[in-house]
Amino acid sequence: MADPIQTSGGTTQFEELPDAPPRRRMQLSWPGKLGVCMVVFWMVIVFIGPSISPYHEADILDEALFIVPGSDDLYPATDFQPPSKVAWLGTDYLGRDTLSRTLYGARTTIGISLASTLLAYLVGVTLGIAAAVGGMVLDSVLSRLNDAILSIPSIMLALVMIAAIGSTIPILIVLTGLIYAASVFRIARSLGLDVMVSDFVEAARVRGEGLWWIITREILPNVAMPMATDFGLRFVYIILFISSLSFLGLGVQPPQSDWGSMVRESLAGLPYGSIAPLVPALAIATLTIAINMIVDDVSAHAGGKLAKKMI
Amino acid sequence: MLLQAILRRTAVGIATLLVVSVLIFIGTSVLPGDVANIILGQMATPESLAALRAKLGLDEPAYVRYFIWLRDLLSGDLGFSKAGAGAGTVGTPISEMLAPRLVNTLRLAGVVAAIAVPISMALGLLAAMYPGTRLDRAVTFTTLGLISVPEFLVATFLVLVVAVHLGWLPATAYMSGNETGWKLAKALAMPTLTLVIVASSQIMRMTRATVLNVMSSPYIEMAILKGVPRKRIILRHALFNAIGPIVNVIALNLAYLVSGVVIVETIFSYPGLAKLMIDAVQTRDLPLVQACAMIFCFTYIILIFIADMASILSNPRLRHPK
Repeated sequence: MADPIQTSGGTTQFEELPDAPPRRRMQLSWPGKLGVCMVVFWMVIVFIGPSISPYHEADILDEALFIVPGSDDLYPATDFQPPSKVAWLGTDYLGRDTLSRTLYGARTTIGISLASTLLAYLVGVTLGIAAAVGGMVLDSVLSRLNDAILSIPSIMLALVMIAAIGSTIPILIVLTGLIYAASVFRIARSLGLDVMVSDFVEAARVRGEGLWWIITREILPNVAMPMATDFGLRFVYIILFISSLSFLGLGVQPPQSDWGSMVRESLAGLPYGSIAPLVPALAIATLTIAINMIVDDVSAHAGGKLAKKMI
Repeated sequence: MLLQAILRRTAVGIATLLVVSVLIFIGTSVLPGDVANIILGQMATPESLAALRAKLGLDEPAYVRYFIWLRDLLSGDLGFSKAGAGAGTVGTPISEMLAPRLVNTLRLAGVVAAIAVPISMALGLLAAMYPGTRLDRAVTFTTLGLISVPEFLVATFLVLVVAVHLGWLPATAYMSGNETGWKLAKALAMPTLTLVIVASSQIMRMTRATVLNVMSSPYIEMAILKGVPRKRIILRHALFNAIGPIVNVIALNLAYLVSGVVIVETIFSYPGLAKLMIDAVQTRDLPLVQACAMIFCFTYIILIFIADMASILSNPRLRHPK
């Protein structure tokens, strides 16, 4: 039997009544809309970035490109060049095109972060819901283990593990995913517990529905919205985390471009006024601020229920 | 009751530290090759290796080594460096390498806390007292921007503006360890400024949220309705109830500084503990990594413990956990 209270179907008979609850539609504020535009922009770059970039990410630009017509300097410097027609955003410390590397780097940075976030969600939500429905023993074992992981600063955990097993992209994804699964677990468990004690779950149980039915039909739909907001925040944290690791030289390894390592590599150009370290840093900032603006909008809409869970 | 709560938290803290030490030990002992091999290097013969292993206790099974490691750690013997990151060489006692670095990091953290905490509390409080005003919007917007960018971006911009364009301060903090007065202040300035900005935006946001949360509670509404002046409401009613959560916020954020310190010390080549640890990770100097990680985790857990205590002391209901 369909639930008449839910308005998601759109055409239930109750909606025509004068005291029907107003349809809750997302109305984004202008920072929210700006955020959506920025995120869509970067997502498009992830897919088409390498094909629209003028050079390959590892290409060291030829000196011939930088010869000024009419000048007799046949061997001009190619590193830390200011923006020009040859390289629209200048070159980095090896004379590689900053624009191309930023476009390629979008795929690496966003790809790794997204993969880690998805892994964190897969592990965190599965175990969190399991702890919420699985009874005392399972719950306390998982929760204690989780507390221990949460009580280590995530960067320390990552540093120790990278010192021991090295740093490749798959290791990076799994490591980050597992570290952040701990905080996802906490939220999923607490949201799941809230739903488990509600009347409609009780009703479903009395009706004789199985555990799997309750999880997929009652719990997951009810935790989906707050978890979606949290997904955005977690994604931001993971982008910052991966970039920080790369910035320390322990994340993505050269010659592959990644926004965090690009900042690190070209940091030496900063005193000479090169913009090479600023471009990737701004790329990170635009993406993370944009996601945060969307999350702010959505959680204001959801009524701060999520904020309490996350403290 | 209170004593019981404190004892329980202490026990939980010690248990967490033990679990952390196990995790760190497991994490760093999965790598092949052992200390004996590295210390002897070229001179390794099967006999000398066996002798040194027996001397260092490496022929024991892993759990025995863990307890030996833990015993040494508790008695202050941190072992010997395998690769000699930073100032040391292979075989330098780790405690000798750590001591000067620890002093530098504590000095940095102390200065940051002394500056960041009062400023950010004052601004957070002001923003919460006058919500919706220009000041509030400025604080909210700036801090949102600052917490969503990586620490190294803040540091990069500061270097660009303060050191490159204005030329006021050096871009890196080269320290030999015996600077005093003006020179020390100059070396500390940029790392401090970066960390103050990063830490205080967090504290400001959370202070504002905490006070606003208190301000929306029924007894404040009651006070407003019975006509208590605004200033009095904030200073007599709201602030006392917000102190616990605010101390909690401060302790949590000082703990959060742990990861900020790692980035900032690297950017400015500040010779602190975190820089030592990064060097150790890069040279795979595992005993040194273990020691540094234990110190950081210990500090972190102590700060979380203080945060917990603050909320228990300020909220009697938390003294009786369900």
